[in-house]
Amino acid sequence: MATRLKDTDVAVVGLGAAGGIAALPLALAGVDVIGLEAGTWLSRRDFAPDELRNNYRAWPQSVQKANQEVPTHRPNASAPSSPRPPIHPMMNAVGGTSLHYWAQSWRLNPWDFKVVSETTRRYGASRIPRGSTVEDWPFGLEELEPYYDKVEYEIGVSGAAGNIGGRLDPRGNIFEGPRRREYPMPPLRGCGFTDVMAAAARTLGWHPFPGPAAINSRRYQNRSACMYHGFCNRGGCHVDAKNSTAVTTIPKAQATGRLKVVTRAHVLRIDVDDQGRASGVTYLSDGVEYFQPARVVLLASYTYENARLLLLSTSKAYPNGLSNRHGQVGRHYFSHAQTGFVTALFPWNTNSWYGLPAQGTAVDDWADDNFDHAGLDFIGGGNLWVYSDRRPIAAASMSTFGKTPKSWGSDWKAFIKENADRTNTAYLQKTTLPYEDNYLDLDPVMKDPLGFPVCRITADYKANERSINRFVQDKMERWYRDAGAIAVERGDLGTMGPTTHAYGGTRMGDNPDTNVVDRWGFSHEVPNLGILGASVMGTSGARNPTLTAQALAWRTAEHLAKNFNSIAPKRV
Amino acid sequence: MITFISRRELLKRAGLLTAAAAVPVDSGSLNAQTTRPSAPSTVRPPLEQLSASEFDTLDAVVARLIPSEPNGLGAREAGAALYIDRALGGALASSRAAYTSGLAALDRYARSKTGRPFAELQADAQDGVLVDTERDVATGFDGPSSAFFALVRSHTIQGTFCDPFYGGNAGFAGWDLIGYPGVRTSVDADEQRLGIVVPPNHKSAYEGAVFNRATADNSPHDRSHHGD
Repeated sequence: MATRLKDTDVAVVGLGAAGGIAALPLALAGVDVIGLEAGTWLSRRDFAPDELRNNYRAWPQSVQKANQEVPTHRPNASAPSSPRPPIHPMMNAVGGTSLHYWAQSWRLNPWDFKVVSETTRRYGASRIPRGSTVEDWPFGLEELEPYYDKVEYEIGVSGAAGNIGGRLDPRGNIFEGPRRREYPMPPLRGCGFTDVMAAAARTLGWHPFPGPAAINSRRYQNRSACMYHGFCNRGGCHVDAKNSTAVTTIPKAQATGRLKVVTRAHVLRIDVDDQGRASGVTYLSDGVEYFQPARVVLLASYTYENARLLLLSTSKAYPNGLSNRHGQVGRHYFSHAQTGFVTALFPWNTNSWYGLPAQGTAVDDWADDNFDHAGLDFIGGGNLWVYSDRRPIAAASMSTFGKTPKSWGSDWKAFIKENADRTNTAYLQKTTLPYEDNYLDLDPVMKDPLGFPVCRITADYKANERSINRFVQDKMERWYRDAGAIAVERGDLGTMGPTTHAYGGTRMGDNPDTNVVDRWGFSHEVPNLGILGASVMGTSGARNPTLTAQALAWRTAEHLAKNFNSIAPKRV
Repeated sequence: MITFISRRELLKRAGLLTAAAAVPVDSGSLNAQTTRPSAPSTVRPPLEQLSASEFDTLDAVVARLIPSEPNGLGAREAGAALYIDRALGGALASSRAAYTSGLAALDRYARSKTGRPFAELQADAQDGVLVDTERDVATGFDGPSSAFFALVRSHTIQGTFCDPFYGGNAGFAGWDLIGYPGVRTSVDADEQRLGIVVPPNHKSAYEGAVFNRATADNSPHDRSHHGD
């Protein structure tokens, strides 16, 4: 029998990129919040510049919950399971994966909110790929713009505006939608290599610009500027210049006295009362089971765990899982096509030993609907991103571009000695759409150490994604060649296994028959259950999801704070 | 509980490596590199996981994967085998059984092919055995020999290019080989320009008391009491 704890206004499940944001507007409005986090606090002293530990040994992970719950994957319902990765791409800690993410902080472009209507208007309805369940968002970019702005200024985002109130500025992304003002900080600096790439892009007639990052380009809110030391990729920041929620919104919410952070809280289920409303959260901590009663529950774990926790939270009122009477939990799942890399070899050292994945040059000319698709066999596109980031183990593990007979021995050694600093791999984020037969559910076989089924991904890229991949790889190869590359390699799209950019499963929309949450992020079926994170997003765009998930989280939390008495059941 | 590496501990760890790193590399002996393997260290470091014969076989393998030549020291001099020995008791413990059976199979195969144990073969003959292993021509392995080859190769690269804290990259041999200027906590704009060569600083991330080393050892990473 679980130990019953003292009642609270709101229980947030997961204090990561999304939950850590939502806590702040609630706390500022005087709402009592308990944040249940599976991980622990980590500090700047935990973030050593150590490639082996960070990139090869699944650290930083103070708690191994996520690693014990890695989702399984199969391409389709009749295919065998893919090999299961040994580690989860996300981490447990206060601040969650916003501790070790790349911190690229993009707004979606206007097209991403209106894929169906804009595609239909410009090219005809037949251009929506067959089998896709994509819908327009219930609102456009203009609805989310104030919340993007709030988050950018609250946590601190560095960047160059490309469109302030409709006035385009080529120093930023001219394809972005209108924003009300500049970024709070100028962009991160360029480096020698990204300057060469930017110049090559301009020669091609493209529009390169420094991408936005939740990393301080200068001192911001009493936190340090970035030191460009090169261990941002799966590493936390040793000077707190990366604006994870652990150093921004969470401590600020704590300072109000309204947020209580509970670490090592392994959430088992969301409970309901006899009227089918959320009544609180049951969690395990050091082997003891607790029940945290709450008038409102915000589920903010991660796309896979959001769907899994709902499906595991069965009750008389919801025999197929919480908020799943319409069978939509786990549906409309998709993950960004981040694979399909392009790697170039240059005849000169790029001096990329330092820097960070967010220090780069972007080209958005081939993303979304920023170019004419009339003669093409796909919709959407990709964002091209080159950046300065290299560490020695990865450098020595480089491809030899077919130029050595073996991947070891004398010739190989001579090759890596000469070329370790002469490669660059582009990060190409490409549109992925949701499809009828791509979904999440519970694995019938694989269990976590507590005996609960892990999440199962059934998903594969379709023709639209494969066409985008070829198109974007062509553009990237052209860019590298124009900048002086002497060899270029391409990777496959691969499988849609567990990833850092996982969307859907609890999609947001007005129609309860095809969406789990309403336009405010609250369950169509459980009015006092809100869901946060990219699991509510119905499209991916061609850029990192975090800032959009955070803007949505702020919006859901603000809506809750303003309407608390109508959303929360009356106290009995 | 937060602990920091002491200067003494770091020196002790580094000192462990000098035995492996102290192999003299003079051009005279290197001229013969195509026929002779680089000399094994005369003093075998104290081992934690591998037996003496397992270590000798592994050390001979890593010396061929990344050989010591005039263009730079190799994996033997970097202490890659010692790194693997240490890690097999912790972070790489799940590979312990694969090493036991794989190294035995490699040695058996070398004997069946050449009549001599792997560690005693000339470099060319060692390379022949390794090529067979990489291409699944070698027999007697549990599972494909290429899987064992890939495992050893990836751990050899780790042990050659990791932070020396972990017992590899002795004397910064790996980082110097590929021109990595080393771990810094701050980098200015000039140091990121093209044509600039940043001088190597030869520092471990754990030198001094700046960073918490509680998770930065070869222990299994499911120890959960950390940093709370």
